[in-house]
Amino acid sequence: MRIFDPHVHMTSRTTDDYEAMYAAGVRAIVEPAFWLGQPRTSVGSFVDYFDALLGWERFRAAQFGIRHHATIALNPKEANDPRCTEVLDLIPRYLAKDGVVAVGEVGYDAMTPAEDEAFARQLALARDAGLPVLVHTPHRDKQAGTRRTLDVVRESGLPPEHVLVDHLNETTVAAVRDAGAWAGFSIYPDTKMDEHRMVAILREYGTERMIVNSAADWGRSDPLKTWRTGMTMLEQGFTEDDVDRVLWRNPVEFYGQSGNLVLDPVPGFVAEAPPAPATFEGSSVLRGVRA
Amino acid sequence: MVAAARAPHAGWLADALAEVRRDPRAADGVFPLAGRRVGRDPLRPGTDPAGVVHGTVDDAARAAVVLALDAAHRGDAQRLAEHLADLYREGDTAERRGVLRGLDVLTLAAGRDLPGPLVAVGRDLAADALRANDTSLVAAAVGPFAAAHLDQHTWRHAVVKLVFQGTSLDAVAALDERADDELARMARDLAAERRAAGRAVPDDLARLTAPAPAADRGPGADDPGGFVPAPTRTAETEEP
Ligand SMILES: [Zn+2]
Repeated sequence: MRIFDPHVHMTSRTTDDYEAMYAAGVRAIVEPAFWLGQPRTSVGSFVDYFDALLGWERFRAAQFGIRHHATIALNPKEANDPRCTEVLDLIPRYLAKDGVVAVGEVGYDAMTPAEDEAFARQLALARDAGLPVLVHTPHRDKQAGTRRTLDVVRESGLPPEHVLVDHLNETTVAAVRDAGAWAGFSIYPDTKMDEHRMVAILREYGTERMIVNSAADWGRSDPLKTWRTGMTMLEQGFTEDDVDRVLWRNPVEFYGQSGNLVLDPVPGFVAEAPPAPATFEGSSVLRGVRA
Repeated sequence: MVAAARAPHAGWLADALAEVRRDPRAADGVFPLAGRRVGRDPLRPGTDPAGVVHGTVDDAARAAVVLALDAAHRGDAQRLAEHLADLYREGDTAERRGVLRGLDVLTLAAGRDLPGPLVAVGRDLAADALRANDTSLVAAAVGPFAAAHLDQHTWRHAVVKLVFQGTSLDAVAALDERADDELARMARDLAAERRAAGRAVPDDLARLTAPAPAADRGPGADDPGGFVPAPTRTAETEEP
């Protein structure tokens, strides 16, 4: 099973996670810029964060054989703080960098006028840079927020296939697919979406334009949720080709629209085939893993 | 504040308040020390053992400091507002709660007549707190100040956020007065989302979808045992 995790916040994770991810078959990831749990209070704080995503974190991932990419944006939550919004002027500089594969995460948190402004402005930046967009959907008032998100995307004139709308669930997936955008699902312990619900959604809607991520971060989360979803798909009758499509070819196709993906093996790591599900199951990585 | 006065270092608080009334900048030293001096116990342990919903002894002590600051700045609302903004921005989470709960006390004292600079700064600080993930900070931002001065959109999102993070809606001042059809609609959507996911629906959503007259709602906030932790995980933080 080869895995591309299209949304994972590795700055919040340990080297143990990198080792476990590599052992499970993760070979490439995308780390979207977002908030840090503690609000930022200045533009300089963003600059250091963006530089860390493109510098130290890419280096760190490479030590473990994983290709690291980033998406850059002012996140919706901090778009509400006037001390932070000036970072919008610096974003075009970052969108031109190696390894920046999309604008994101953008979208709505509390659906305020300041969020409207930052969202629309960054969709225009994506259009100018020729980059796809990773859109976060709000936790509160999710259904209304997703509808409004799709309206704003439509008004922006961006082609829908350049847009990945993330953190979807049973009540929001249909609208995103009808709009022609890519549908993203964050597989979490207990809450937003779990691997069994995910497989039910794949059975209902198919595997086309469907993207699965761990969204692992500083909250209760699990960077192996992509792998667990693949295993659950296999257990419930999906083929290895279906799994490869959802966990590798789909995210590669979406972020590949940037022309900025690097997928050959990290030098020093052999291009061996990632572990087959059966052998991986018996390996030490799985010990202590919850079902 | 009654609870704070009964705390072990009651003498410390009285001295501190007197000092703040003489010199407002003394509050800058009193604010970070308050937890160590008066303790951090919940004000209503029976219904709120963690002190998230109704606050803690040190919250109350800091709110008293805010009231003393009001006296120290002698009616100069602009200077008081700037001072509160400094205390919040330079404060840790507990100090930030203290500023918010102090604004609640000022609001209860002044009602709709709270001076404009305090309303403006209070709105900014409440908005900041409502973006946080720390449950105690969010709960401190939905009291009497929020009830009197937050716009309806911001206020509705704050209420739904409490349900999200699993904090009792007892934290919300004037819930029944401000609840409206749009809030009920948001609550119904959230309940539908939880059912579609096969997850438990938080009990508090029923208070928003079908507001009952206060008399029918069972035990009041002061009734011990009213707080029962949900058996399944209905709470979550707002992860990226
Ligand atoms: Zn994220």
